[in-house]
Amino acid sequence: MTGTSPGNAVLEAVDLSVAIVGTTITVVEPTSFSLAPGEILGLVGESGSGKTTLGLALLAHHRRGLRLSGGRVLIRGQDLLRIPPDQLPARRRGLIRYVPQNPGTALNPGLRIGTQLAECFATPPANGNDHLLALLEDVKLPPTPALLRAYPHQLSGGQQQRVAIAMAFAERPPVIVMDEPTTGLDVTTQAHVLQTVRQLCARHAVAALYVSHDLAVVATLAHRVAVMYAGRVVELGPTGRVLHQPAHPYTRALIEAVPDLDRRTAVAGIAGQAPEPARRPAGCAFAPRCALALDACRAEPPALAAIDTDHLVACLRPTSGRSAPAPPSSSPVPGASALPALEVRNISARHGATVVLHGASFSVSPQTCVALVGESGSGKTTLGQIIAGLHHDWDGDILLGGAPLAHRSAQRSAAQRCHIQYIFQNPYSSFNPRRRIGESIAMAVRAFESPSASDLRRRVAEALDMVALPREAASRYPHQLSGGQRQRAAIARALITGPKLLICDEITSALDVSVQAVIVRLLARLQQEHGLSLLFITHNLALVRSIAQHVLVMHGGRIIESEPVDQVLDAPQQSQTRRLLADAPRFSAAPVTLGVGDG
Amino acid sequence: MRPVRAHPLRRFILRRLALGVLTLFLVSVLVFAATEALPGNAARAVLGRNATPAALASLETKLHLDRPVWVQYELWLGGVLSGRPGRSLVNGEKVLAQVAPRIRNSAVLLTLAGLFGVPLALLAGIVAATRRDGAFDASVSTIALALAALPEFVVGIFLVILLATTVIHWLPPVSLVPPGTSVLARPRILVLPVLTLMLVIFPYIFRMMRGSMAEILESDYIEMARLKGLGQRRLVMLHALPNAIAPVIQVIALTFAYLAGGVVLVEYVFAYPGIGQGLVEAIFARDIPVIQFDVVVLAGFYVSLNIVADLLAVLATPRLRTAG
Repeated sequence: MTGTSPGNAVLEAVDLSVAIVGTTITVVEPTSFSLAPGEILGLVGESGSGKTTLGLALLAHHRRGLRLSGGRVLIRGQDLLRIPPDQLPARRRGLIRYVPQNPGTALNPGLRIGTQLAECFATPPANGNDHLLALLEDVKLPPTPALLRAYPHQLSGGQQQRVAIAMAFAERPPVIVMDEPTTGLDVTTQAHVLQTVRQLCARHAVAALYVSHDLAVVATLAHRVAVMYAGRVVELGPTGRVLHQPAHPYTRALIEAVPDLDRRTAVAGIAGQAPEPARRPAGCAFAPRCALALDACRAEPPALAAIDTDHLVACLRPTSGRSAPAPPSSSPVPGASALPALEVRNISARHGATVVLHGASFSVSPQTCVALVGESGSGKTTLGQIIAGLHHDWDGDILLGGAPLAHRSAQRSAAQRCHIQYIFQNPYSSFNPRRRIGESIAMAVRAFESPSASDLRRRVAEALDMVALPREAASRYPHQLSGGQRQRAAIARALITGPKLLICDEITSALDVSVQAVIVRLLARLQQEHGLSLLFITHNLALVRSIAQHVLVMHGGRIIESEPVDQVLDAPQQSQTRRLLADAPRFSAAPVTLGVGDG
Repeated sequence: MRPVRAHPLRRFILRRLALGVLTLFLVSVLVFAATEALPGNAARAVLGRNATPAALASLETKLHLDRPVWVQYELWLGGVLSGRPGRSLVNGEKVLAQVAPRIRNSAVLLTLAGLFGVPLALLAGIVAATRRDGAFDASVSTIALALAALPEFVVGIFLVILLATTVIHWLPPVSLVPPGTSVLARPRILVLPVLTLMLVIFPYIFRMMRGSMAEILESDYIEMARLKGLGQRRLVMLHALPNAIAPVIQVIALTFAYLAGGVVLVEYVFAYPGIGQGLVEAIFARDIPVIQFDVVVLAGFYVSLNIVADLLAVLATPRLRTAG
């Protein structure tokens, strides 16, 4: 059973829609679906698709500037949208609960954990603290009074998220909405949290809407998946069907953009951008980016219709089956015979009194991508910063093309600084918001030479060409570009000095998968065409398979494994590597079926 | 083994106290330099143009003006620290005896203004923030802006016109107190000065409370608490207020520190016998020991207020309080 029949549904959303205040611009188009007791429905979509807005609408809640513009949300026969506002908080609490995306900001910094847990109950539990301790135990936190007395900032990110989950499950509500609750956690913590969620939902027959941008997470957790695009659910069906036999062109494109941990695929991006709510076309919102689009697609949006039992698609030309994964775009580049582009010998480093790196050694061959993976806190970023000359407290030797590098970037020669470029994780904060993109890119050249204005313009234009950005982008401000465009501009800024080595620090983690795929393809092309070496720092092991030739696994400040990519991912030698691989959510996970309890 | 460290909070307090003492020392040097060591002769300034050389010489000896500057400073500071800041040059009374009742009167004024004015401003700020852009918010915000734009003596005079002289005649327009009696014995004379100060401090505290509260009410954890089903009262008073109050404490302290100076004008308007009015009189009379002592007292008030505010702000923030 997949719980689509209203008969046994615990939640039923009917034509639920959300609009911008004072307008008829809809952020979420009328949407209907239902949840069966204990069922987990994954709601996936890229940023701006309206998935969080839809999730909050189930709670009859919306962010400032939006309004619930129609429909019904029936839970146990009560329509949440018809409850008067003054009664809503009290009546909603027993029906539906919410787990926020970022527990770091969603727990009150001024109140103890125990206080925040206790107020989840309409009437204080009779046995007081014992009850709260049992809640902690439910989510696999140490059930100690000390934890109840702690403030949120004294807990780790994973612990905070467990507290948030405990709060949602406290009164055993029939429905819970979870908004990307594992974003920002490392894979091991994420795996544990997901398992807890799965067990709690099964044990207490709690239905959950699990909002996520991560298809692999949804694949491991959800019974059914709904795919959202531009405010509409475009496909809805059992997880296995939707992910392995996607029918909507957008779903298929989204899946092809996701790197696969188990085999090397050439990830494909989706050209163009999703339209903003005010600029959605009259017909299917995906039509402008769709290779299969007909004139009829542009006339009016297709309705969600069944193509099979329980499998609904909003498309005039639904396809069946998934196209074979594209062959890898880049074969591993041999380059071992040549002098290494970068050689790191026995680096130890400190942060204050703490030793964070213990004798790390490795080398990067020319035109090779070396991936640096490991849990958060394993020393990946510190190593990258040392090579870039941004972290100074270290011993050992670093050779760039055979020549030793000084500790500080300021002590290195201009040529050396040109040859190593660093790209930051967050394209939203790595550009000066008051400077045009072209000026920011030109700054990188001006630091080393003083070219004429026309020469500089030409070189900025060339750098933008290399990352496939239109030349007009030079005169834009950062906020006028999308996240993917900004990250491409950041790469252009790194390329303009003619580098030999690019250090990429989690550069796709803030981006949607379709954009990530575009960036990964771009880097692979640059690597081949310009002979670049890449040091690619990431926690995403699936991505490693698609981009890297060689992998370094870090654990506790040591490089514990250094092997070609297939060897590390298919035949890991170290237990820590095996655990990282086991914890990584797998896209090709066995379909989850409802009723088969695993807790 | 790591060395045993003092509790971070105690270290914080000790450091702030040390800095406060340093600030007061610098203030005392500046005050002394400004009033005594400047060119011109204090004795001549006191006695006027027609003083006889003999009288000048005798006064100079009495004021230690014949000694080197640092010795003068040392003598003066020693006197202040031991509670004997000398005698008034005008009437020969002990400075302390003359200033102490004035300090008490000013303290009464500031305390009452704080006791009524701060909660009023906080409450208005909280209500305005919870009903943002509503009628209450719009009207009170406009009034606060107007009040902030008016100098305090204008506010005082306006209240006098409204409540004492022209419109209605409820209250005495001036706050005369016979020497030797307490202001508390005549509550009616306190009303106008207290009301003026309340209006003077209102806009800053109100605006800060409103802004801080509005920001906190937009935060993820308030949204979360709302979705948990908490009532509005618990949401605002328990979840939002403790997080919103820290920056407001700083502003309250700054406002009162400013008032320690601003009280001069208000006391002058109402002829209220406080330290501010005393300072103005002393300046007119060139009563240097009184000026020096008044300024040091006001500076001490300023410094201790800031220390208390910092401490309260730390105590109101668990992250700072438990930092190790």
